[in-house]
Amino acid sequence: MTAGLWEHWVLPGIWITVQLTVYSAALATAVAFGIGMARTHRSRAVRFFAAFYTEVFRGVSALILMFWIFFVLPQLAGWALVPMWAAVLALGLSYGAYGAEIVRGALNAVAPAQREAGVALSFTPWQRMRLVLLPQAVPEMIPSFCNLLVELLKGTALVSLLGIGDVSFAAYLVRLATTESAQIYSITLVIYFVLAFLLTRGMKLLERRAKAGIGQFPEPRQGLGPWLRFRQPSAKSSELSTAGVTATSSAAGSAGATGVTGGGAAR
Amino acid sequence: MNHGTDTWDWGAVADFMPHFWDGVLVTLQALVLGSLIAFSLGLVWALAFRAPTRFIRWPVGLITEFIRNTPLLVQLFFLFFVLPEWNIQFSAETTGTLAIGLHYSTYTAQVYRAGIEAVPVGQWEAAKALSLSYPRTWTAVILPQAIRRVVPALGNYVIAMLKDTPLLSGIGVLELLQRSRLEAAQTFQYTEALTVVGVAFILIAYPSSLLLRALERRLVR
Repeated sequence: MTAGLWEHWVLPGIWITVQLTVYSAALATAVAFGIGMARTHRSRAVRFFAAFYTEVFRGVSALILMFWIFFVLPQLAGWALVPMWAAVLALGLSYGAYGAEIVRGALNAVAPAQREAGVALSFTPWQRMRLVLLPQAVPEMIPSFCNLLVELLKGTALVSLLGIGDVSFAAYLVRLATTESAQIYSITLVIYFVLAFLLTRGMKLLERRAKAGIGQFPEPRQGLGPWLRFRQPSAKSSELSTAGVTATSSAAGSAGATGVTGGGAAR
Repeated sequence: MNHGTDTWDWGAVADFMPHFWDGVLVTLQALVLGSLIAFSLGLVWALAFRAPTRFIRWPVGLITEFIRNTPLLVQLFFLFFVLPEWNIQFSAETTGTLAIGLHYSTYTAQVYRAGIEAVPVGQWEAAKALSLSYPRTWTAVILPQAIRRVVPALGNYVIAMLKDTPLLSGIGVLELLQRSRLEAAQTFQYTEALTVVGVAFILIAYPSSLLLRALERRLVR
């Protein structure tokens, strides 16, 4: 592969992949917190709408959703999105639905006494959420969100099928130009692996800070082994429940029930 | 036939239906075979994680982490374009099924691992006390208990695989998405074909998730 190919296709492709990841992650986070908190709302109608949203967007494949937003929405609504934003919308809405389950599981895992204490102090529901529940739930969410973020990064590769010039699409073009399939696709896989690794390290730092922020001991720094580890054992439970569309009662609850996980969110 | 207007056309849906059912067949075929690969290869990975020597454990750990943290779509293209260069010729369907099975085997491996770790230590000790051989300990004591616990989690991944089968359209497999794209390319009616396929996925995925929840309640006490 020559320098020109790198400069014109691969490097811009990496940049587009990074942008896609950042924008979709931002949208997915907003959706996850909105829908996740709505699922613990007092009103039955709000809870139903939130559950409906989660089931629909987890049920449909992200690629089909992307095609639908890209091709059908312009016909139905009469306006089209720039391809990049159509992709961000599809990824954000779809991964946000998975994130909502993480948020709900972590909120349900906060000790009930904390909620009751909030009631006893006559906090409004919103104050309770903001001052009591969320600060304790967020550090528990981070390992699961870390896994979801890696899934989202992998999901951005789908946009290449819409012809958006991300790093997968660059690989396709370079393959056409050089016919060195093995080389270019190996490099592309390594690029994704490195991006995923950087994301994981970043989330690990975030988790340490968030745990320190609510007075929990962060895990002690150990040797090289754990440093290289991608996914955290504590996140296994939510990984199981975010993979499919099962709406188990909560990430923590299903972890306890299946017994296949050490701690889950209710460590 | 009205071409690509913003009204819903049931005629287009009716035209698409025969192709739809063909697509369902291809999708299900890839799903079933892919699941079989994922289930069996995942068990192999999981047993390798517990191998007595690190010369097996570490490479297997690295390989599965790599597969798990890179996109299925790129792996699919890798297999589709690189295998022929190595003089291994597979049809697009076979390549796609292999890619899905391989990718998800790294997920099921973690499920099996968690299931194996959840078997109480006493069971290992009991097997030792009965002086069962090593293979017999695995097949008669540990695995039956481990696999029973992980069936619902494995089911989750079958649903996840179902939702990844549209990726096979990327290498031209005539599964549901590809059928709807071909239909739309002929009639310019993306709305009907794509919506039918999207709704079909929800109609398969949601009842399956309900089924899994029921199964989880029954199997895991």
